Amino acid sequence: MDKKRREFLKIAGISTLAGLGGTAVIDRLATGASPARARAAYEINSLSPAGQPKEKGPAKAAAKTSQRLGLVIDMRKFNANPGLAEKCIKTCDFLHNIPHFNNKKDEVKWVWLTGYENAFQEHSHYYRNETLEKNQVLLLCNQCDDPPCVRACPTKATFKAKNGIVAQDYHRCIGCRFCMAACPYGSRSFNWRDPRGGLDMKHINPEYPTRMRGVVEKCTMCVERVGIGKLPACVEATGDTKAMIFGDLNDANSEIRKFLKENYTIQRKPSLGTHPSVFYIV
Amino acid sequence: MYDSGKIIPGLIIFVLFVTFPVWYNHGDAGAVPKPEMPKNAKKCVLPVAQMRAEHMQLLLDWRDEVLRQGEWGFITIDGKPFQRSLQNACLKCHTSKKKFCDKCHIYAAVNPYCWDCHFARVKK
Repeated sequence: MDKKRREFLKIAGISTLAGLGGTAVIDRLATGASPARARAAYEINSLSPAGQPKEKGPAKAAAKTSQRLGLVIDMRKFNANPGLAEKCIKTCDFLHNIPHFNNKKDEVKWVWLTGYENAFQEHSHYYRNETLEKNQVLLLCNQCDDPPCVRACPTKATFKAKNGIVAQDYHRCIGCRFCMAACPYGSRSFNWRDPRGGLDMKHINPEYPTRMRGVVEKCTMCVERVGIGKLPACVEATGDTKAMIFGDLNDANSEIRKFLKENYTIQRKPSLGTHPSVFYIV
Repeated sequence: MYDSGKIIPGLIIFVLFVTFPVWYNHGDAGAVPKPEMPKNAKKCVLPVAQMRAEHMQLLLDWRDEVLRQGEWGFITIDGKPFQRSLQNACLKCHTSKKKFCDKCHIYAAVNPYCWDCHFARVKK
């Protein structure tokens, strides 16, 4: 009896070890990547359609072939054209059926204006020049390359699309607001109330849905417009002023990359390592 | 049986009560809803019978393809390009939610949560 138990324990132990260790070894051989790199590749891989084999390989290689859509916001142009920023906000508000409750707590914002000291906390504020003192900065979701909101979301309601846009899927959002806590830029808003109460249902954009109470929403860099080859609404609203430049940051020959090469730009809170895709000239 | 004088009439009353909807409506399930068909379009994405049975699955598939997989392309129905979208495709032909969608949904007592966010154009 004793001998049998001994044998059993031995076999059980060996098979457990083989089971645990074996899969790890096979996984590593199959992906050809170390666990750390495989984790970095996760975001892109998880987007491949179900049923198709997931893209394999290190994250860097995948990132180079895919798009990373970004924006440059040239505040000099906005300052020179008073009312332009408000026009952008109005266009976005209408196209995306963003509700207004005239109440800070229930505010839903995709694109908004704020003072320089709130937008760029990491930059020096001593003896600021008059332009920064007087003018407000246009803010929107930074469409980070390493978005903390996506990492925080337990249902993958917010995810990084193939073109680099951090998209939001309201069908999946459970309203836990982890993403709001994770976002260091305050780019996300919660629908505390039924948004239809803050909208004039007779004068809204019939081509875009509203949201429902209890979901988080944010600027999606007009993923629905970009998808069919249009410019984001705010970029289109700026017209020929070149106040906003939209393009693929992974394409070295794009207009936005040329602009970034020739101009000094800053990002919001770069030290956090979120790699924002929105650049500013203040 | 003890108390059969009470139990049997009781059972009869119970059965009559439970089957009330059936005999009150004379075994008729009511008129089948007739949703209003669009006047300016003949063909839908799929044949009518399939649409009737599977439109909800089609909408879910569209949602995943477009939103999650980023395939914002157009499809062609009857020679016209359409987005795979409830508001920008379905409701472009079926212009009235009340006269089309709601007809069957109310009859079948289903309350699809699509309409929590998606909406049909409100007549001014």
